[in-house]
Amino acid sequence: MSISIRGVSKRFGDFVALDDVSLEVPTGSLTALLGPSGSGKSTLLRIVAGLEKPDTGVVRIADEDVTAHAPQDRGIGFVFQHYAAFKHMTVWQNVAFGLKIRKLPKDEIRERVARLLELVQLAGLADRYPSQLSGGQRQRMGLARALAVDPKVLLLDEPFGALDARVRRELRVWLRRLHDETHTTTVIVTHDQEEAMEVAETVAVMNRGRIEQIAGPIELYERPANEFVMGFVGSVNRIGDAFVRPHDLELSPVPNGTTREAMVMRLVHLGFDVRVELVRDDGQELLAQLTREEAAALELAVGQIVYVRPTRQTTFAG
Amino acid sequence: MGVAGHRSRERASTALSLGFVTAFLSVIVILPIAALVWASTADGSAGFWDAVSSPEAVAALKLTLAVSAVVALINAVLGTITAWVLVRDDFPGKSLVNAVIDLPFALPTIVAGLVLIALYGPRSPVGIDVYGTRVAIGLALLFVTLPFVVRTVQPVLHELDAEMEEAARSLGAGELTVFRRIVLPNILPGILSGVTLAFARAVGELGAVVIISGNLPYRTELASVFIYLRLQSGDRAGAAAVAVLLLVISFAVLLAVGGVRRLATRHERA
Amino acid sequence: MRRARRHGLRSIALGYLLIVLLGPLTMVFWRTFEHGFGRAWDAVSDPYAVHAFELTLIIAAIAVPANTVFGIVCALAIVRRRFPGKGLVNAFVDLPLALSPVVVGAALFALYGRGGWFYGWFSRHGIDILFALPSMVLATVFVSVPFVAREVVPTLREIGDDQEQAAHTLGASGWQTFWRITLPSIRWAVIYGVVLTTARCLGEYGAVAVVSGRLEGKTETATLRVQDQYENFNLPGAYAISLVLAATAVVVLVTMTLIRPSRGAEGGTGFVGGAPGSQERTA
Repeated sequence: MSISIRGVSKRFGDFVALDDVSLEVPTGSLTALLGPSGSGKSTLLRIVAGLEKPDTGVVRIADEDVTAHAPQDRGIGFVFQHYAAFKHMTVWQNVAFGLKIRKLPKDEIRERVARLLELVQLAGLADRYPSQLSGGQRQRMGLARALAVDPKVLLLDEPFGALDARVRRELRVWLRRLHDETHTTTVIVTHDQEEAMEVAETVAVMNRGRIEQIAGPIELYERPANEFVMGFVGSVNRIGDAFVRPHDLELSPVPNGTTREAMVMRLVHLGFDVRVELVRDDGQELLAQLTREEAAALELAVGQIVYVRPTRQTTFAG
Repeated sequence: MGVAGHRSRERASTALSLGFVTAFLSVIVILPIAALVWASTADGSAGFWDAVSSPEAVAALKLTLAVSAVVALINAVLGTITAWVLVRDDFPGKSLVNAVIDLPFALPTIVAGLVLIALYGPRSPVGIDVYGTRVAIGLALLFVTLPFVVRTVQPVLHELDAEMEEAARSLGAGELTVFRRIVLPNILPGILSGVTLAFARAVGELGAVVIISGNLPYRTELASVFIYLRLQSGDRAGAAAVAVLLLVISFAVLLAVGGVRRLATRHERA
Repeated sequence: MRRARRHGLRSIALGYLLIVLLGPLTMVFWRTFEHGFGRAWDAVSDPYAVHAFELTLIIAAIAVPANTVFGIVCALAIVRRRFPGKGLVNAFVDLPLALSPVVVGAALFALYGRGGWFYGWFSRHGIDILFALPSMVLATVFVSVPFVAREVVPTLREIGDDQEQAAHTLGASGWQTFWRITLPSIRWAVIYGVVLTTARCLGEYGAVAVVSGRLEGKTETATLRVQDQYENFNLPGAYAISLVLAATAVVVLVTMTLIRPSRGAEGGTGFVGGAPGSQERTA
């Protein structure tokens, strides 16, 4: 069940949310829409869901033009950032909702809901109300509810945004495993670059209503299409027109050809890596990333003078 | 002025304020009500029963309860629609309409009765004359109860998480289903408390109906008018008996509203 | 499809309001001046009418301050103090909202009329309660008891007593704290409640109709005079006085709409606040 978005634009008053956006999402894939707030990613997702109407453009789901269709006629599953739990219904009733309104036989509903609750590990909480659940549990319920109706595509709008960091990480892993099992075409919206890279096969980076690049995580990181993508997906040093990744900065204790002198301002030990904040002799601030061993070998300390040069850099035309 | 001093000062001021509150409430509310209950039994329980079961009293009570129930139900539907339009829709002059809803609260009931008869009485400019009919009573009661359901539903509707409706739609629910299964269960407490308050108000209304209904015994005489007339003719025990019935209804309404509130918050209690 | 439904609902709501509310109201203007400005003016300026307005204002001038003081003290007691029987206090404060004004009048008859508990004492001292000002004041106070208290209670709850505790630690006495800290913090709730109370007092009809005897020039308020004029077939007179009362009501509405933003209330003017007894939430 592929998704095809062609030439979609949307404005809210004077604000251009989406500007001629096109995207193809292959069947069974897990695609992320990544971008800062205001980039249009949620709007795009909601247009695919039918919760917003585009000003121009065509949306096709499973090869059917659904641009004029209401959300209830698109066969989608939608998961909301703030869960949108039916607070007057139990967990069981929430998950069964989509099946109930399709008038499926009671036995089938019971069986499917039980299976789904197993899948999302909420089996013992079927009779609780959403207000009695934690955020992570509510979101798992939201996922089960969306999956219950066997959607053609699964759409997740910043699903883990309202959760704390540890739960977020757990649910990311869990979502990936779920997708491996169900193979439902999935699109996830997120502003968290780490989340997109970890979960998705394909990432569409968005900025100000446009798609900047569509690629897999590795290509996005190694061959960014422009400075926005490079800066958004991972940290980067901007030296004049050139962009250098922190781990592409080489530090040595003695001058060596093209190296420049720099002073260590701060050392941050992040477990396996060490982040080094430097100021070059001309005032340029730099961020370097070394492994623990490299840092130890250099005997780095605050205030120390080192010699730095990029081993790799990228420039963008225009 | 140690802790002990402060504690005893606090106890003293609590006693003082409680004393004032009790005294005020007693003089103003509790004693008159108690006296009323007492007076209703002045002729013994037989007298009470006779007063309450006289044909005219029964007719008045039946009419009052029936019309009030109908009016409460009409309010439930039209009041909810009005609240919906005020919260979800937008049109020029909406804030004016919103403010006008409260007019029946601010307007003296006798004036309400007068204006209703001006429009729907013998000299009606639109040719509708319902003077002396039960329709007139219904109309008058609709006027004075208009704000209740609207104002109790509005805040609940406003608080409603619109994403729940979006979620329901994404799961395939049609608009009617969304309303029936998602919106309605969540605004029901608001509707119920508005309906019970409207019912209580309708049952007790005098000013709005006293002109337009014609007060014909057995046809358009309401319980409130019956009590009024009984008092005027000196039958205080009889008036008190029927008044006590209305009092019981009022207390029942207060209990019902409290119960509705508990119903509304039941999903929030672990 | 959506648009048609939206317009449909809008028409139903507006049509309903027009038939029940707005249509009748425009009639007041028309009927008042139907027979000329002169007759209308006569009706509101004749001595009995003037007395009626004065009486209405006198009653309000007594009832509003009484209920304001009560409302504030009662709200403070409910929110800040612990005592047995809070539920009962709540119930009795809310009772006037659900009670028929005629029942109020009948209750006053039962207490102060012949055979009533207080009848003996007052008649021995030559004080008329019923068919005189005292019962009219008592009736008006009864029906307007809830408003200030119900406005102040949620505000007090929301504010919490942090500020008051701070004042105590800085050495302020109970009275000073109340005057300088508590009262200013509930200022808008009190004002709002006072406006509601005043509107209720000015517009009261049923309870006062029962206890006053409706004696022209003696115990006739403005609302009672409207009925009197109507029954005496002086329709322009009745409408003229109604117009004054309706205009007052509009002024009240406008005032409430202007104050409402300071109150942060959504939806309405607060005559129907939360469900009664909503003060009684678990602390």
